[in-house]
Amino acid sequence: MADHAHKLEIFRGLIKFKSNTQKIWGVLLLLSIVTAVEVVLGIYKPEILMTPSMTPFEGGLGATLLNIIFSAFIYTKTLNLIFIVLTIVKAYYITWDFMHMRDETKFLRRIVVWTAVFLICYLIFILLQEGGYIESVYTNGHVKRDF
Amino acid sequence: MNSTAVSTGTEGKTWGGGNQPLKASYGKMMMWFFIVSDALTFSGFLAAYGFSRFKFIDYWPIADEVFTHVPFLHGQELPMIYVAFMTFVLIMSSVTMVLAVDAGHQMKKNKVIWYMFFTIIGGLIFVGSQAWEWATFIQGDYGAVQTKGGNILQFGEYKTIDGETVFKRVPVEEFAVAAHTDRSQHQSKNGLWFVSEGSLPAFSVEDVYHGLESNPNILVRTQSINEEGEKTILSREESLKQLKANGKRYVKGANLEVNEYGTPLFADFFFFITGFHGFHVFSGVVINIIIFFNVIIGTYERRKNYEMVEKVGLYWHFVDLVWVFVFTFFYLV
Repeated sequence: MADHAHKLEIFRGLIKFKSNTQKIWGVLLLLSIVTAVEVVLGIYKPEILMTPSMTPFEGGLGATLLNIIFSAFIYTKTLNLIFIVLTIVKAYYITWDFMHMRDETKFLRRIVVWTAVFLICYLIFILLQEGGYIESVYTNGHVKRDF
Repeated sequence: MNSTAVSTGTEGKTWGGGNQPLKASYGKMMMWFFIVSDALTFSGFLAAYGFSRFKFIDYWPIADEVFTHVPFLHGQELPMIYVAFMTFVLIMSSVTMVLAVDAGHQMKKNKVIWYMFFTIIGGLIFVGSQAWEWATFIQGDYGAVQTKGGNILQFGEYKTIDGETVFKRVPVEEFAVAAHTDRSQHQSKNGLWFVSEGSLPAFSVEDVYHGLESNPNILVRTQSINEEGEKTILSREESLKQLKANGKRYVKGANLEVNEYGTPLFADFFFFITGFHGFHVFSGVVINIIIFFNVIIGTYERRKNYEMVEKVGLYWHFVDLVWVFVFTFFYLV
């Protein structure tokens, strides 16, 4: 293991570290900054980020398709979208640098990451879709729940 | 290979044996596959949480108003601070773990020992913090009344702080007066022997109602979220009417059946997801301790290979990775 080579670049080579130890501290700094940004945004909740950044398109089939394509911007608050993106950034650096995914072979990386990402996306899509449907039944159907 | 009777002619070739697929050892690759399956379990939980939350999108409790406590700072509302601290502790212990792995690659035994020691301490601080968080959550602080429909009515009043009018929660204990009641706790020795009853709530709904009547500034807050993203506050008449007509029982704190924060599913998912994660941290600490002692007695020094440290390291980072998502979806979003 002593001759284990580490890739020492992050940000696609924008930052290059001299040693593995230095890279670890660099990644810690990055993760801390991201967490701090999340906490500050979570406490102050800037008014401008509390609504989705786009309004739904009106019209026929084209509008429906556009609503699906831009659904993340139309139906999710900008603040929540920022949180989700920052979380994925953190997850990337934990996996790539702390778990040494950067140093593994390309196909080990793909076996692990693609499988998980595909199945998780599927799971999230199904469950959130159905949750939204049940919500619409509660709201529009003849179900009384607030009493 | 020498003991093999028949030479296959493949020695030294790709399929001649001794190869590692994907250049990863068996143990490391199996750890990765375990992590994939565990990641799917956790995403199942988090997606189920998302399902329930989408189902009650306009009624879900606001996490910022629930998790406001910090140890030793009693009575102050500091949302997120303690969870942020916990997140930082876990990331920090991930860093010491990865430093231990790095020191293992360089065969520096003493460094590995120290870094693993700090990792274990970080893990223990995290588990302890989570236990404290659970205790605070279970104990509750304001109390509320559950309605016949299973919804929660909370209480508060408008106060002027620094020239701004804000709605501040008022603990039920501050305005409700427990009246004398003939209702006593059912015990199996003087009633049905096969029926048991938990302790009675501190107040009856009548007590809360009388308290509300005699304090004209206190209002009821419902679960439904209005367009500004805040919980709806009822007018004085509505408050009295709502409590009189629909109040069922006084609730303080949280359990799996009912909680003072909102829909029961909120507490259920809190216990389930953070509990399952906490269990992972706990088992991670236990495995870390085992490896820690193995390092001390020199097992890996003799093996000339610290890969075991790397494998528990993978598990430990995974626990950190899951927490990053739990933090986002439970406390932030």
